[in-house]
Amino acid sequence: MADLADMQVVDKGLEKAVAGLSEERIQEVIGSVLSQAVAGRLKLYLQTCVHCGLCAEACHTYVSRDKDPDFAPVAKVKDTLAVMLKKKGRVDAEFMKNAARVAFVECGGCRRCSMYCPFGIDIATMIMTVRRICSLLGVVPQYIQDTTNSHSATSNQMWVQPDDWIDTLIWQEEDAQLELPGLRIPLDKEGADVLYSVIAPEPKVMAQLIANMAVVMNVAGIDWTMSSADGWDNSNMAMFSGDLEIMGRIERVHWERALELRVKRMVMGECGHAYRGAVYDGPKWLGWQGPPLPMIHAVELYYDILREGRIEIVDKLTEPVTIQDPCNIVRGSGLHEKLRYVVAALCDNVVEMSPNHEHNYCCAAGGGVINCGPPWKLSRLKSIKVKAQQLGRTGASLCITPCHNCHHGIEDIIGHYQLHMRTSFILELLVKQMKMPEGVRG
Amino acid sequence: MTRSASWSWETGSRTLADLGELRAVHREVHEPAVSPDGERLGVVVVRGDGAFAVAENGELWEPELERAWHLRYTPDGRLTALVRIDDMWTVAVDGEPWQRRFPFVWNTGFSADGRVIAAQVKEGMEYTLCVDGQLWDRSFLSLRSYALSADGRRAAALVQVEELAEADTEKFAQGTWSVAVDGEPWEQRFIGLWSPAISPDGEMVAVQARTDRFEYTIAVNGVPWESRFACVWEPSFRPGGAGPLAPARVGSTWRLMEEGEQLWATSFVQLWHLRFSPAGERAAAVVAPEWGRFTVAVDDRPWGCTFGDAVLPPVFSPDGKRVAATVGHRRRWTVAVDGQVWEESFDMAWMPVLGPGRGPVLAKVQRGGEYGLAVDGRLLSQRYELLWDPVLSPEGDKVLLRGVQGGKYVRRVVPTGELR
Amino acid sequence: MYDFVRGPLVWIALLVFVSGLLLRLVWMVKTVRRDPTVLPAMTLRHSLRSIAHWLIPFGSRSMRTRPFFSAMSYAFHLCLLLLPVTVMAHSVEWQQSWGIRWWSLPPRVADGMTLLVILAGVLFLLRRVMSAEVRNVNTPLDLLILLIVLGPFATGFLAYHQWVDYQTIIVLHIVSGALWLITIPFTWLQHMFMFFFSRAFMGSEFGAVRNARDW
Repeated sequence: MADLADMQVVDKGLEKAVAGLSEERIQEVIGSVLSQAVAGRLKLYLQTCVHCGLCAEACHTYVSRDKDPDFAPVAKVKDTLAVMLKKKGRVDAEFMKNAARVAFVECGGCRRCSMYCPFGIDIATMIMTVRRICSLLGVVPQYIQDTTNSHSATSNQMWVQPDDWIDTLIWQEEDAQLELPGLRIPLDKEGADVLYSVIAPEPKVMAQLIANMAVVMNVAGIDWTMSSADGWDNSNMAMFSGDLEIMGRIERVHWERALELRVKRMVMGECGHAYRGAVYDGPKWLGWQGPPLPMIHAVELYYDILREGRIEIVDKLTEPVTIQDPCNIVRGSGLHEKLRYVVAALCDNVVEMSPNHEHNYCCAAGGGVINCGPPWKLSRLKSIKVKAQQLGRTGASLCITPCHNCHHGIEDIIGHYQLHMRTSFILELLVKQMKMPEGVRG
Repeated sequence: MTRSASWSWETGSRTLADLGELRAVHREVHEPAVSPDGERLGVVVVRGDGAFAVAENGELWEPELERAWHLRYTPDGRLTALVRIDDMWTVAVDGEPWQRRFPFVWNTGFSADGRVIAAQVKEGMEYTLCVDGQLWDRSFLSLRSYALSADGRRAAALVQVEELAEADTEKFAQGTWSVAVDGEPWEQRFIGLWSPAISPDGEMVAVQARTDRFEYTIAVNGVPWESRFACVWEPSFRPGGAGPLAPARVGSTWRLMEEGEQLWATSFVQLWHLRFSPAGERAAAVVAPEWGRFTVAVDDRPWGCTFGDAVLPPVFSPDGKRVAATVGHRRRWTVAVDGQVWEESFDMAWMPVLGPGRGPVLAKVQRGGEYGLAVDGRLLSQRYELLWDPVLSPEGDKVLLRGVQGGKYVRRVVPTGELR
Repeated sequence: MYDFVRGPLVWIALLVFVSGLLLRLVWMVKTVRRDPTVLPAMTLRHSLRSIAHWLIPFGSRSMRTRPFFSAMSYAFHLCLLLLPVTVMAHSVEWQQSWGIRWWSLPPRVADGMTLLVILAGVLFLLRRVMSAEVRNVNTPLDLLILLIVLGPFATGFLAYHQWVDYQTIIVLHIVSGALWLITIPFTWLQHMFMFFFSRAFMGSEFGAVRNARDW
């Protein structure tokens, strides 16, 4: 039984789109998507699936929704892509609306189910294909579509105007200089070792993170720069809304900015989906086998500079701390050991969630789910009870979330399930607990 | 090219600025910029809290600046900076700030001859363009990028002309963007617009246009091409040619289109960075003949060698006979000329510089944190803390080297024959 | 009747099985080659690494989270694959027909294994009907496919014990075996060979591309 409350959610994006949708158009779009090269692999998967249901337990929505069978990954495929294939696209607008709900809200493409399927069937890609079909038909939740629109118009996720971005950088530099005199955020420095890129919510609502990173970069003595021009935002919600053309376009802007500046590598802030977009999905669509320059996630940067002794930790947290493994950098890039090395340097009392590492549960915010916005918030939180239970069992008072979506998602979980816990990026701890150069602080 | 004929090509070297000295005097010395002729080095220095200055060949600009950044030399050798004075921003040119001050100004751009300077401006809560200190008559909800014609007499910018309420996806899909030419927006509205380009004669403005959610084309003076594509990349004008050319995606491959018609016979996995020979008779672009492999195609013929990481925009020699590009493979960078890859590779390589005839190909490169000059694939022994792209004399017999060694900026002219 | 099923029918079934498999294989290769991003992502090491972890009993966390089911599944698949080629009656047939000498299981062991297959099969069938998340995605066809798989084992078991008319049951046994072979390439039973390919891809996609484990 699907959740009745979810089915009654009014999302303007979905309602209006299905109102004017003809069955001919649906059939045409489904036909064109399913005749493309990638669809062949999906058909092979559908023929291989033995309908054993072993993927069910892997999914946080299924487990959180008291094992409602409709939330099993295989059921989500059965109710969407499998029907489209079987009926050769002859489905109606209401079907598409339901498919959009399943694909955008009930699955974040975290890929955990593929690790529980004996055949490693790539269910996430099937769901992303459903999203692509929905997107081509305009059946996309309003808020994630708005984010995609922002990417289209501004190359960033949150309608940030170019002057606001530059002004924020200047202002954050001045702020950070209070902490560390002489500190700089070098802009557009050609030939720097590192180009640092962030996601648009940072200038918009969490600007201090930029100042924090400036402190770390300066103390660690890294030859770095940030871009005053477009390409500074590495986020990519178009990847999740199914608008692959905009996804490719903004990844091109992102990487070409790095190539223009002739940096050696790109370092990105603590975000998971942006890593995925910049390293896998974006380059792949653009014809690159991988990113044109090495992309270093913030967790890897912290690991490197801690291991090399370029920064030193002088204060360690003693309170119980747990770690959220972000899907896109753990299941998506195997950074869990480095993450633990960094956290161990900062915290004495780490209480692990179980399961963790590649077997972590998603935060239910990633994959574009949180970007579907307020209409779907309650649904999302119902779908992540299992994370609340996991967090609660640790008894930790702090959850470290090296990913913006995890950070926001877990804050919502803490509020909704009334957990006595707070969240923090690693960066926020790092600047507080690292040794500053002589005579600067204390 | 002709401009450089008037520069000093006398062989020998001159030390023109001492960064070490500046560092000893000032609290901070930022990244310097060097004039195209190499005669001047400009750099932002910080003298105290909120006290910035620009030093050119060691001499400080007059005005007191609360902040200065984005030092850029115009092609005709004037030094521009974005500066804050009395909490307002403006552009300063050779130490002279524009009369007008703005809440914010950024992204200076120059006409090809360097005579015209433009910048994006925020006035009140609206955005507009400032050309040589004069604001456009109209301002817009947003202005995201602009182009100047070669002579600087015309300017085109992407502007948001319709208000958009928060999360109003419906209105967005009806089109809220237009192109303003010399301040006057086109009547047409588009969902999205990118990369304006102005024809060499200044008569045409072309732009990538998103005409529907999944429909793209090129719009010229407000009129979209008849054909629609799955995606397009930036349009560009062929010197001496008519309408614009642009890569367009058909199905899942890219083709080169000229005025809406397919020009090159081959479809590629990727096709971008179209460049023309100076006379316009040849065209080269970065292409991916197969997924994961990039190269340069000249007039539809891809080079035999392909590269995994990236191929950067190609460049023609002044006579249009040779094509070179920076190429990246397995995290090393080098240069390929007419399909021949240099033997040595580097941590990074800049755009190759070609002279007329069969002269050497030069490129600024980086290895082990130092800069050097590579000539026909061989790294010369001189190392620099900072180096700018080499410039060949109009005849191609001499090279202008602009670099910082031991904290000192040295301008050096060397006969190309002595580079080996 | 017996002569027909033992002769032409077996041949037809084998022919359909082999050619069906080959067709599937050709189609898969064609499909995969159409998508240029698949093959460059694959490495032998990560393919084998993934296949090994999912072949070794309890090599994956998925298997460890449900020990009873995994054990049954493992025993089921092992016996299912071993029995047809090692049961004594089949060895005798081969020796008679083609003169091939082949090792065979002691009859009592084979009998036990057959019973195990049937038992596990019945449990799977019950699971498909009783367990909500599995029932939700199962159709009568899925149950029928499972019954087709069990057919040769049930009839073989009866034939060995000769509890019913041997001539009838042996014909049924051969027919059900033929049906099983014919069904494999055209239903999800093809997972018996697709397993290796889908695992190889996912193993590489996780391991080589994303530096993570998939077990």
